[in-house]
Amino acid sequence: MNEKLKETFSSFEGKEEELIPLLQKVQENLGFLSDESMEEIARFIRVPASMVYGVATFYTQFRFVPKGEKHIMLCRGTACHVKGAPRIQEEVENQIGIKVGETSEDLKYSLENVACIGACSLAPCAMVNDSVEANLSPKKIEKLFSTSGGR
Amino acid sequence: MDFLSLKKEALTEWNDLLNGSVPVIMVGNATCGRSAGALSLIKGLNSEILTRNLDCKVLEVGCIGMCYHEPIVSIYNPGKPLIVYGNVHENDIEKLLEAHFNKNEIIIENIIGTIGDNKLNDINSLFDNPVMKPQERLVLNNCGIIDPTNLNHYLANKGYSGLQEAFQLSSQKVIERIKESGLRGRGGAGFPTWKKWQFCKDQKSDIKYLICNADEGDPGAFMNRSLIEGDPHSLIEGMIIAAYAIGANTGYIYCRAEYPLALERLRLAISQAEQNNLLGEDVLGSGFNFKIKIKEGAGAFVCGEETALIASIEGKRGMPRPRPPFPAIAGLRSKPTIINNVETLVAVARIMQNEPGWFSKFGTEKSKGTKTFALVGKVKNTGLIEVPMGITLKEIIYNIGGGISGDKKIKAVQTGGPSGGCVPANMIDLRVDYESLTEAGTIMGSGGLVVMDEDNCMVDVAKYFIDFAHKESCGECAPCRLGTKQMLDILEDIVSGKGTMEDLKLLEDLGKGIKNGSLCGLGQTAPNPVLTTIRYFKDEYIEHIQNKRCPSKVCKELIFYDILPDKCTGCHICFKVCPASAISGDPKELHKIDQSLCIKCGMCMDKCPEKFSAIDVYPGNKVLED
Repeated sequence: MNEKLKETFSSFEGKEEELIPLLQKVQENLGFLSDESMEEIARFIRVPASMVYGVATFYTQFRFVPKGEKHIMLCRGTACHVKGAPRIQEEVENQIGIKVGETSEDLKYSLENVACIGACSLAPCAMVNDSVEANLSPKKIEKLFSTSGGR
Repeated sequence: MDFLSLKKEALTEWNDLLNGSVPVIMVGNATCGRSAGALSLIKGLNSEILTRNLDCKVLEVGCIGMCYHEPIVSIYNPGKPLIVYGNVHENDIEKLLEAHFNKNEIIIENIIGTIGDNKLNDINSLFDNPVMKPQERLVLNNCGIIDPTNLNHYLANKGYSGLQEAFQLSSQKVIERIKESGLRGRGGAGFPTWKKWQFCKDQKSDIKYLICNADEGDPGAFMNRSLIEGDPHSLIEGMIIAAYAIGANTGYIYCRAEYPLALERLRLAISQAEQNNLLGEDVLGSGFNFKIKIKEGAGAFVCGEETALIASIEGKRGMPRPRPPFPAIAGLRSKPTIINNVETLVAVARIMQNEPGWFSKFGTEKSKGTKTFALVGKVKNTGLIEVPMGITLKEIIYNIGGGISGDKKIKAVQTGGPSGGCVPANMIDLRVDYESLTEAGTIMGSGGLVVMDEDNCMVDVAKYFIDFAHKESCGECAPCRLGTKQMLDILEDIVSGKGTMEDLKLLEDLGKGIKNGSLCGLGQTAPNPVLTTIRYFKDEYIEHIQNKRCPSKVCKELIFYDILPDKCTGCHICFKVCPASAISGDPKELHKIDQSLCIKCGMCMDKCPEKFSAIDVYPGNKVLED
């Protein structure tokens, strides 16, 4: 078994109830859930791999492809929607050249929708890695992600 | 250390802070503050203080609720009240420090108000501010005032005295105190809290559980996040009291993983409580044992439903199961379990911290106390508010919210998130309490309050919510899984100009079917946004269906962009940005949009320089009209 996985498992007891925390920890350490890691988790807590896969695909937090260097989570909460989130999404997709749910081939960007990040009073907003970008506008998106320069 | 000495020490620290000889600078540092730049502001402040060699403390506090004023900085100079400044940015630091520490002055233009007993000429107390005045802050009273990472700050502000009070009473007496307060669940449904507790208390079982539902999944709501970030110990105190009342020795906080700061603050607060015998074995010498564990939610809206949440804690897919048995009888691991919302539990702490009869003084006959709301959308003053039950929507939107941004016309107010409904502008005198909102076809919900103006298309809003419900449906009940998909398809047809009048009837029938045929709250309420918009905004649906126009200019298929010949200077920018090559025209000549090629992305209008503003959008379809 992969050393990193072994290390991750060491803080768990191997109980069935630990499945979700295990998936979260593995994703935190590896960046995503590979087929191999899910099979190892299944062996570790002694359940069928199909069950691990079933739980992992149920929750939106889990991803099965690696994250990009810049992981963008676009908020699609109500406040963001009424303040123009769909337009923001189009602009981001235009700027970085991938659609929601995708990771760019050079692993520079990944783009996801998230139900709500709870910064509704500063809508529309997005999370780029761990920081919240607030009061977005198409112009601001261009500044943030413009391939010629920007951050 | 025993509780009294703990409290004494805390009071000394608190009094020294706000009446002491050392100046204090407080910065609002919850998620909203951080999004507005609080972290770099704190960094800048600290380095400037070092440069100037000032003797002062910098404190990070939670969110006071005025999110539109973030970052918020408050400065205390000995002998003066706390002065609260709004919209403070890094380049204001020098000016502020210069005024407060060198010139003994204040900077009038950014002041929101003062806090404290001392008064300053001409400057109002923060709580006399029109935004604050109609509010009653029973639950949020500490948020933005205390340092959430400092247990002593909480202790000095009545913290854990409610727990102390509860331990003087029998668990049955605690339940009676909650009954007398009239508290109803703040998660949405409004079930009397005491009744739920009583069911659980009456169960004979060696193990019982208490779960705090902090999986705030309503898109458009952030009350629980702010409350936990700004005052985590209140939640812990409320949980211990609840656990004592029902006889549970283990508690779980099920909190969204999308709230990293709230989780961090909770973990810290729990360890502080453990170190001071507020959690663990024999809490405060009462003989009662209680521990709290945190479970991170993994992003499933349906897990706000009690039985789905339990399944998720057990490591399964978050799918609801039929009730009865209710969780109070057989819940987590088939043991009696109580699930309460964050705000409910904090209210429990406050009720016990104050004298009997205090909480029920606020609110209406059937809805006691206050309710927190995330006031968002098209109002000027967005933020977190707490109002007495029975206040009208009008007071919330125009007094606290300051009216509609850009002075546009209000169209609707949405409460209750994807389970709630839209109330039209002409019902704005509606009172906010459980009964009145239900009668109007919406629900109290957990506290999202989204204001919409004339630029919001109600059909689009209905489609947004049904899309959300469809994606979040766990798939267990066919009416919810398939019905929401059918409703979404019909709405897609309507917004793209392919709707028929029969569709409206079909939507209503489907909605009723889904409500009746679903096991849990998600399915039972999912059609509400569609049903209320058809009830109150039928004209707008008809406009989409019969005239193929989106009056609010939102639905792409039912609008068109056009260039204003008298304004276009032929700057050629739109020509270059149009991704569909739908714009023709030579530089310095009038440009034209080929409507058959236009994909209505709006890029041309966004990029057309403001001084020209030569492109506008209209309802309808120009191809048809031509």
